[in-house]
Amino acid sequence: MAGGYRYFEAVEKNAALLGILTFVAVTFGGLAEITPLFMQAHAVSPPPGVKPYDALRLAGKDIYVREGCYLCHSQMIRALRAETQRYGPPSTAAESVYDRPFQWGSKRTGPDLARVGGKYSDDWHRQHLVDPRAFVHESNMPAYPWLEKAKIDGDDIAARMRALRTLGDPYTDDDIAGAAKVVADKSELEALVAYLQGLGRAGEPAKEVAK
Amino acid sequence: MRPKETYDDTVVRLFLLAAAVWGIVGMSIGVLAAAQMAWPALNFGVPWLTFSRIRPDHTFGVIFAFGGSALMGTCYYVVQRTGHTRLALGALARFTFWGWQLGCLLAMATMPFGITQSKEYAEPEWFIDIAVAVVWVSFGVVFFATIARRRIRHIYVANWYYGAFIIAVGLLHIVNNIALPVSLTKSYPVYSGAVDAMVQWWYGHNAVAFFLTAGFLGMMYYFVPRQAQQPLWSYRFSIVNFWALIAVYMWAGPHHLLFTALPDWVQSVGMAFSLILLMPSWGSAANGLLTFNGSWHLLKTDPAAKFMVLALVFYAGSTLEGSMLAIKSVNQLSHYTEWTIAHVHFGSLGWVAMITIGSLYAMAPRALGQPAMHSRGAMELHFWLHTSGVLIYVLAMWIAGVTQGLMWRATGADGTLTYPFIDSLIAIHDLYVIRWFAGMVILAGMVVMAWNLWHTAAAARAHLITPIPVPIPEPEPTQVPAPLPAYG
Repeated sequence: MAGGYRYFEAVEKNAALLGILTFVAVTFGGLAEITPLFMQAHAVSPPPGVKPYDALRLAGKDIYVREGCYLCHSQMIRALRAETQRYGPPSTAAESVYDRPFQWGSKRTGPDLARVGGKYSDDWHRQHLVDPRAFVHESNMPAYPWLEKAKIDGDDIAARMRALRTLGDPYTDDDIAGAAKVVADKSELEALVAYLQGLGRAGEPAKEVAK
Repeated sequence: MRPKETYDDTVVRLFLLAAAVWGIVGMSIGVLAAAQMAWPALNFGVPWLTFSRIRPDHTFGVIFAFGGSALMGTCYYVVQRTGHTRLALGALARFTFWGWQLGCLLAMATMPFGITQSKEYAEPEWFIDIAVAVVWVSFGVVFFATIARRRIRHIYVANWYYGAFIIAVGLLHIVNNIALPVSLTKSYPVYSGAVDAMVQWWYGHNAVAFFLTAGFLGMMYYFVPRQAQQPLWSYRFSIVNFWALIAVYMWAGPHHLLFTALPDWVQSVGMAFSLILLMPSWGSAANGLLTFNGSWHLLKTDPAAKFMVLALVFYAGSTLEGSMLAIKSVNQLSHYTEWTIAHVHFGSLGWVAMITIGSLYAMAPRALGQPAMHSRGAMELHFWLHTSGVLIYVLAMWIAGVTQGLMWRATGADGTLTYPFIDSLIAIHDLYVIRWFAGMVILAGMVVMAWNLWHTAAAARAHLITPIPVPIPEPEPTQVPAPLPAYG
């Protein structure tokens, strides 16, 4: 048998060596691709004017996550002509700096939502979420009528903002102290609509959600 | 000399039962989700039955509950046989069974209620992640402790794959799930935005690589030679493929994020490695298929062998497709469409499920003290139900995906988009119905398998099984690969 095989044979008879070499082999890819991203400014720091989600939009974003919207809607406009024509300018890394977890999605059963903010009225969104087929007869989107009845818990949102501040999001004491007031008496539906209306409009103040 | 040591197959049988049950549960949820894509009213207005809440249950149920149980069960079976030794730490092995079932149950019971991290294939919240990590480390301890007390010096190739599967999945699971809990049911990941996306798809892609590929290749490398009654076609080729596969796979994650806001160089690296990946993938498939040389007649008589051969063909097909979809210009069309869904199911139903079913049919009679499965006819029926179901499913979703991709990018002579988004959904509605039907056919096959296993397990259920003795004294130490154990 050729000389080189001796070395392979040594590995195949030694469980510890096999385990260690396996571990080494599987670590390179992640190290090479993930660690540089931490050092790339545009991936980890926000553009000027982009602030973390206010209390209501944060509540809305967490409802978006809870309901699993990302399974059918992407929030990532690719740098392709047909895509920018349909949805707007390509998404940038800086725009999702405050998204924990990221909501880029992987599937479009429905359209991309990265720049949906301001395209429809608040009223349209409210009715559409409660009964999607009232507007688009052929839509296969589920209806989310339960959002209308549930209220946002202000203390819970404040706790969430504190956790996010621990992770590095620049919430001020005032932001957190005022959270309960911002979401007071708001329904989950209103929070979700506020979140959707803010998508792609980073930095603009949240519009007052009409009753 | 009377052998004193027997193989510990109790835990293997438990995992076998769990795999059969989870297979039906996971696929039933899939069928319900598929039905809702065609007829959205089928959530009956119930939040926790709604598509967006149950899809993670479907993916988690089939990958981790069904696939995981099958992998852990076969792993415990194979590591004993290839090492001629009884499973080490029997109590810990039983803990891994109950721990894994509890973890799966907790995950599947919480996700429909919106308790989710929303990271695909890593949705369960932090407390479940910790429980799963504990079980996983215990699984690794049992596996490597059994390897350590093996009587065959040479570690057979199937065990390398099981080992790599254990090591890499542990690493991926822990790194991707690092999060700060807010409450029992909510946490935020330490990564955000583009970094989170990269970590998630490094995880997501390698969950496919190490859970759905390396683990099942371990299964393949033991059960294919066993069923073909031939030695592995090339042992050396399997060495080359092993190291190439595990080293290259880890780089391919960024192909899930082509043309996104991820830095361009990462995308290009991911695409390049995805193309290289075709070589070790086809290498493994070829090695498995060529092992059947001299035994091709088994295709006429042995449904388990049929499952295995077709699994390898689907493996070759889906890895070719995967590499092609990682090419930027192809991905441009396919990404975000049903083509991705077709590809996933081509691999998971074609390769993963079929190698699992083939291996279960090969292992079950031996682990259950029977000469053969209860009904060969039922195995045949399952084979044809499954195969036709997969082909109908994949064809329907291929057509749907290409249709969507082409309609989304179609522009008229004046440069404006030809179709509003909703037109692409209307165009594929019938294909959603066909996909649902195909899912029903595949699910029916799984029920047939469960029925067959239940009857094969009659003796086991009555506690009439004699444990199988470990062959001692040792066989010739120079034999490579380890001789296959006798069963009976």
